Amino acid sequence: MGKAPKKRSLADKVRKTKTNAAIKNNPFEVKINRKKFDVLGRKTKHDVGLPGVSRSKAINKRKETLLKEYKQKNKASKFVDRRLGEYDAKIAPEDKILQRFALERQRIHEKKDMYNLNEEEELTHYGQSLAEMEKFNDMVNSDDESEEKGLLSAELTASHFGGGGGGGLLRKKTSGEQQQEDGNQRAKSRQELIEELIQKSKQEKRERQVRKEEAQELTEKLDQEWKSIQALMVKKTAKAEHTDKPEEKPKLDEYDMMVRELGFEMKAQPSEKMKTPEELAKEEKEKLQKLEADRLRRMMGEEEETKAQSQTRIKTSAWNLFLSPLIFSDPFFPLVGFLFYNFIKFFFFLAPESYEDLKDLLCGHTPENQRLIVARTQKCNHPSLAVGNKLKLQKLFGFLLEYIGELALRTSPELTAVDKLLPELYALCQMSPEAAAAAVQLVLADAAHSMEEQIEVKGHAPFPTLDSLIYLKLTALLFPTSDFRHPVTTPALLYISLALTKCPVRSLQDATAGLLLCCLAVEYVSFSKRFLPELINFLTGSLHLAVRDKTSLGYTVAPPFRRAGKCSDLLVLSDPESCRSWRKKPLPLSATRCLELKSDLDRDHHRLTCLSVCLDLVKRCCLLYNDLPSFSHIFQPVGSLLSKHLSIQTIVCLLQELHREIMDAISSAPTTHRRLVFNKKKPIPLKLLTPKIVEVLDYGKKRGCTREEREKERLKHKYKKEFKGALREIRKDSRFLAREKLNEVMNRDAERKRKVKELFGSLATQEGEWKALKKRKRK
Amino acid sequence: MAPSKKRNVNSRNTSENVSKAAKLDLEGVVDRILESRKHANDIFDVLESLQSEKERDVVSALDACCRLFSTLLERKELFVGKLPAEDEALSGESSAEDKCRIFMRHRYNACVEILLEHLNHEQFAVKESALCCLMKFAAGQGQHPLEDLEWSEHHSFPRGIILAVVENLTSKTTDNTLLISRFQEFLEMDDVRYYVMSALRESVGKVMEKNKGTLLPVYQNNVFTLMSSISMPSQQSELTNFMVKLEAMARSVSIQNHKRAFEKMWLGFLKYKLPSNMYKKLLVILHDSILPHMSKPALMIDFLTAAYEVGGAISLLALNGLFVLIHQHNLDYPDFYKKLYNLLEPTVFHVKYRARFFHLANLFLSSSHLPLYLVAAFTKRLARLALTAPPTGLLIVLPFIYNLIRRHPSCRVLLHKPSTEDEPVEDPYLMDEEDPAQCRALESSLWEIKTLQKHYHPDVAKAAMMISTPLSEQEEDISELLELTTYELMERDLKKPQDKKSIPLEFETATQLLKGGGDVLAHHFCLVSDE
Repeated sequence: MGKAPKKRSLADKVRKTKTNAAIKNNPFEVKINRKKFDVLGRKTKHDVGLPGVSRSKAINKRKETLLKEYKQKNKASKFVDRRLGEYDAKIAPEDKILQRFALERQRIHEKKDMYNLNEEEELTHYGQSLAEMEKFNDMVNSDDESEEKGLLSAELTASHFGGGGGGGLLRKKTSGEQQQEDGNQRAKSRQELIEELIQKSKQEKRERQVRKEEAQELTEKLDQEWKSIQALMVKKTAKAEHTDKPEEKPKLDEYDMMVRELGFEMKAQPSEKMKTPEELAKEEKEKLQKLEADRLRRMMGEEEETKAQSQTRIKTSAWNLFLSPLIFSDPFFPLVGFLFYNFIKFFFFLAPESYEDLKDLLCGHTPENQRLIVARTQKCNHPSLAVGNKLKLQKLFGFLLEYIGELALRTSPELTAVDKLLPELYALCQMSPEAAAAAVQLVLADAAHSMEEQIEVKGHAPFPTLDSLIYLKLTALLFPTSDFRHPVTTPALLYISLALTKCPVRSLQDATAGLLLCCLAVEYVSFSKRFLPELINFLTGSLHLAVRDKTSLGYTVAPPFRRAGKCSDLLVLSDPESCRSWRKKPLPLSATRCLELKSDLDRDHHRLTCLSVCLDLVKRCCLLYNDLPSFSHIFQPVGSLLSKHLSIQTIVCLLQELHREIMDAISSAPTTHRRLVFNKKKPIPLKLLTPKIVEVLDYGKKRGCTREEREKERLKHKYKKEFKGALREIRKDSRFLAREKLNEVMNRDAERKRKVKELFGSLATQEGEWKALKKRKRK
Repeated sequence: MAPSKKRNVNSRNTSENVSKAAKLDLEGVVDRILESRKHANDIFDVLESLQSEKERDVVSALDACCRLFSTLLERKELFVGKLPAEDEALSGESSAEDKCRIFMRHRYNACVEILLEHLNHEQFAVKESALCCLMKFAAGQGQHPLEDLEWSEHHSFPRGIILAVVENLTSKTTDNTLLISRFQEFLEMDDVRYYVMSALRESVGKVMEKNKGTLLPVYQNNVFTLMSSISMPSQQSELTNFMVKLEAMARSVSIQNHKRAFEKMWLGFLKYKLPSNMYKKLLVILHDSILPHMSKPALMIDFLTAAYEVGGAISLLALNGLFVLIHQHNLDYPDFYKKLYNLLEPTVFHVKYRARFFHLANLFLSSSHLPLYLVAAFTKRLARLALTAPPTGLLIVLPFIYNLIRRHPSCRVLLHKPSTEDEPVEDPYLMDEEDPAQCRALESSLWEIKTLQKHYHPDVAKAAMMISTPLSEQEEDISELLELTTYELMERDLKKPQDKKSIPLEFETATQLLKGGGDVLAHHFCLVSDE
C-alpha cells in the first residue's frame, strides 16, 4: 500500500491537466446530463460531461500506474528513474535541462579537485600550520609584539625599505661584498642575496621561537611539579586536621568564600512598587467600596437566597503586632516594668481565665492604661502564637463586655474607660466574630428576658439601665445594623422596640433614657432607612408630654403614653420664662439614671433639652423616611401636634428653626402615589406554529430520528456508494489489464510471425542463392 | 404564718412553754366541760383565751372551741328553738337541764360572734381557723338544727351562719382574696354554693343600696373574687356533694334553682357601677364561666351592650360575650360591624387582649356574606393602623389583611388596580370617617403595606413583600401568631441556628463610643457632664 499516496498524487496530476476549450466546445465530445427538475439556486457540477476526455484520462491514469505495476510484476529489481525533475511536471523542460547541466558541471568540478595538488597544500606561517594557529591554543605572550618591534634592525629596515630594484643600500652592500667575495668566490646574484636575507631572518625568528617554547615548557614543568608538591602538602595538613576535627571540611580560601558569598548574596529582588499615597487611598477606597457593596447586598436581603458571602476580615500578622514599636516606646513601659516584678513573672499578660481575673487586672488603672493592658493581653495571646489563644481571646471578649456593663452601672459611670476599651473590643470582635456575636446575643437576651419577666407581671417595665443602652450602642458599632437579617442586630432592634413600647415614661430620667433609645434607633436605621414605627410613636408621645393643653387632640398617642393622666405633663415647662436662660448642651449619658436637678429652672432646662433632642430626632426621621409611600400618614400625628399644640409661637426661639424644618419636611412630602399593581409577570410564550427546520445531511430516505441514527445511516449509505465505486474501478482495472495482456500476446505473436517470416525469408534467399550457385556450377 | 413566727422567736423559750401549757390546759378544760356539767363555767376561760392577743393562743382556743361545740351539737346539748334571754331563762322556772342548754347555747352564740369577728383578724392563720371552725359549726348545725323544724326545709340549712360568713368575707376595708380562695373548697359543696349565692345576692343588694351605687372598690373586688370563684355544675347529676345530707336539701338545690340563683347573683352585682379594671376582669371570664351557667343569658345583653359602648379595651372584651349572644342566642345587634370598625384604634396593637381581639375579629370577618365596602374598610383601616404597630402586631395583621382579601377576591383592587391613566393619586381613604360605608376605602390602595416593606424586622418586611405578587389561594393560619410576644420573636432570632458562614461584621473601625451611625448620639449626648 506504500504506493497509494503516489498513485493518488499521480491521479491528481492527470486530473489537473486541463481539457482544452476545443474539446469542450466540440459537440461530439460533450454529453449533456438531462435533469428531471430544475431546482432554483442549486448549483450542479455534473450537468455537462466529457465522456471521451474522462475515458482517455482514466486510460492514461491506468497506463501510468497499473500498467507500470503490471510490468514490474514478478521482477526482483526495478528501475528507478532518479533524473532530476523527471516526474516533476511543474518544471519547464528548458529549466530542467539547465538544472541538469548545472548539476553535471558541479559534479565534474568536484571530481577534478580530487586531483588538484595545490588544493591539498597546507597554509603555514612561520612553519606552523595556519589551521592549527587559528585554534589559538598556544599562549602568545603579549611581549612578542614588542620583541618583534625591537627586531627592527638596520638590516631589516634596509632590506625592507631599501628601495625598489636598484636600492642604494643593497647596491652598496653588493659592492662591499663584491669586494670581500672577490677573494673567496664569485659574487652572488641579487636573487641569492635576497634569499639569504630571508633565510637569515627566518632562522633568527625560528631560534627565538624555540627559546620561548623552551621557557614555556620549563614553566609548565615547574607548575606541574609545584602542583604535585602542593597536593602532598594539602593532604598532609588535611590529615593533620582530620585527627583533630574529623568533621571539618577543607578550609576554604577567604577569597573563595567571599566570591561565593557574593554569589549567594541576595540579589535585589524586584519588589512591589512603593505605593504613593494616592494609590493607597485608591486601594482603600476600592476595598471600602467592595465592603459597602457587600453591606448593600445584605441590606437588600439577597444573601438569604444566594448564601454567597465574601467575608473580609482585617488580618494582622501576630508578629507584626508583637514587634510593633508600641511595646517599647509607650508611656506604659515603666508600668510594665513594675508589673514585671510585682504582678506577672515576665513581660507577658496572661489572658484572664475568669471575670474576676480581668477585674483584678484592670482595677485601679486609668482608662488609657486599661486600654493598653487589654491591647497587650490581646497581642500576647494572639491566636497565631499558641493553640488555645483564640479561645482565651473569645473569653476575654465576654469578660470585657461584662466589665463594660459593670463600669456603666457604677454610681458614677466610668464611660471614658468604656470609650477607651472600645477599639480593643472591636479588634477582638474582628478576630472571632462568632464568639463575639454569641456573647453580645447572650447579653441582649438577658436584658430582654428580665424586661419580659417584668412585663408579664406588671404589664410594663422600667427603662433599660445604662449598661443595656451601652450594649446596644456597642452592638451597633461592632455589627452592621443595615443587614436585612443579622443574628445580633435584629434582636437588638427588637429589644429597642420592646423598650420603646413597654416602658412608660414616669420621670425626666425615663424621658432621657427613652430619647437615648430613640437616638440609638435612629442610628440603627440611618443607613438602611428601615421603618421603625415604635420610634415615631415614642417621639410623638414625647412631644405629647410637652403639650400643655391636653383637650381636643387631633392625634392619638400610642402606648406607653397616655392621652392624659399621671406623668403626662412631664415635659411641660413650669415657668415659660425659663427658656430665656436655656442653652442647648449635650446631655451626659448618666442622665438616664440620675439627674441632679435642684431647682425648677434646672428642670425646665432639662425639659427644653429633651424637647430639642426630640425635635431633632423627628427631623432626622422625616429625612430618613421621606421616600416611604405613607410618609404623610406616618407623620400626620406629629404634624398636627406641632401645628396645633406646639405651634411655632409657643415654642422657644432656639427650637423654632427645628420646628420649621420639620413642618416643611412634612408638608412638602408628596401625598399622591401611583396605584399598587402586582409585579409584571413574564408572559408565557404562545405555542408557535412555524415549521421546524432540520439540517439535511444527506438527501434521500431518512430513517431514524436521533442524530446518532441519522449519522449511522449516512455512513452506511456512503459506504455503499464507495463500495460500488470501488468495484467499478476494479472491474475497469481488470478490463484494462486484460486488454493490455491481449495486446501483449498479439504483439508477441506478430513478432513471432515476423521473425518466422524473416527466417523463412532468409532461408528462402539462402536456398535461392544455393540453387543459383548450383546452377552456375552446372553451367 | 411567717411573720407571727418571727415575732415569737425572741420569746420562744418562755412563750412556747406557756402556750403549750395553755393548750394542754385548754384541752383539759374542754375535756372537763364535756365530762360533766359541773365544769361548765370553765367555758369562760376558753372564750377568754379566744380573744387573747397572741396568735397561738387564739388558734389553740379556736381548735378547742371547735371541738367543744361540735361535740355539744352532736350530743344535742344546745338549746333548740327560740332562745330566751339568758337572765330570764336562768332565773325562770325551767328545768336545770334546760337551763344548762340555754346557757351553753348562749355561749355558743357568743363564740360564733367572736369567730365572725376573727374573720377580719389581721393574722391569716386566725382567719383561716375561724373560717374552718365556722363552717364546721354550720355543718353541725345543718345536721342538728338549732331552729324548730316547723314547715320549711330551708330552715334545716344554717343560713344565718353562711350569711354572716359571706358578709364578713366581703369586707369593705380589707382584701380577702386569700381567705376567699380558702373558702373555695367549701364552695365545692353544692348546698353551700347555693346558699352562698343567695346570701351574696342579698348582701350585695343591701350594701350597694346603702351606698347608693357609688364605687366600693375593695368590697366589689371581694365580691367579685368570691363570685368568680364559684364554679357551677352543668348537670343535675353532678350535684352530689352536700354538706347537709338530707333528702329535702338535695331537692331544693336543683340545677334550675342553682342557675337561677347564679343568674340573680350576677345580675344583682352587675346592676351597679363597677370600677373599670373590674369590668375588664369580668369581661375576660364572662363568656366562658358566666354566660353558659345562666338560665337566661339574654339578660346580659344590656350589660354587654353598655360595656361595648364604653370604648377601648372594655369594648374589645365585651366583644367576646356579645359574640356568644349573637352566635348562640340570636341577638340582633344593629351596627355591630360599624362599632367593630370604630374599635380599631392604634391601641389595639398594644393592649393585653390583642390576641383575643384578633381571634374574634377573624371570626366576625370570616363570613363571606359581608359587603365588599365593609371588608375593604376594615382592610384599609387595619393597614393604616399597622403604621404604628409593633412587629408582633404586624405579624398578625399582615396575614389577617391577606386572609380578608383572599376571602373576598373583589378586594384585590386594593393591591392591584391597573389603570389606564398612570397618574399618581392621593389616598382617598378617610380615616376619621366613622361609617365604613363612607370611608372610600375601595377607591384606595394599600400603600401602607408597601411602606412596611421597608420595616426593620425581616419577617415583617418579607410578609409585606407578598403584595407584589398575586396572593396564593390558601389562607394563612394566624392563630399561632396571636400570642407571640416581642421577646419570643427576639428569642426566635437569637436561637436561630447559625449557618456555617461567619457573621458579618461592621467594617468601619470603631474608635469612639458615641461615634458611628450618623453620629446622632454624639450630637445629643456626651460621655460625662461638663460640670
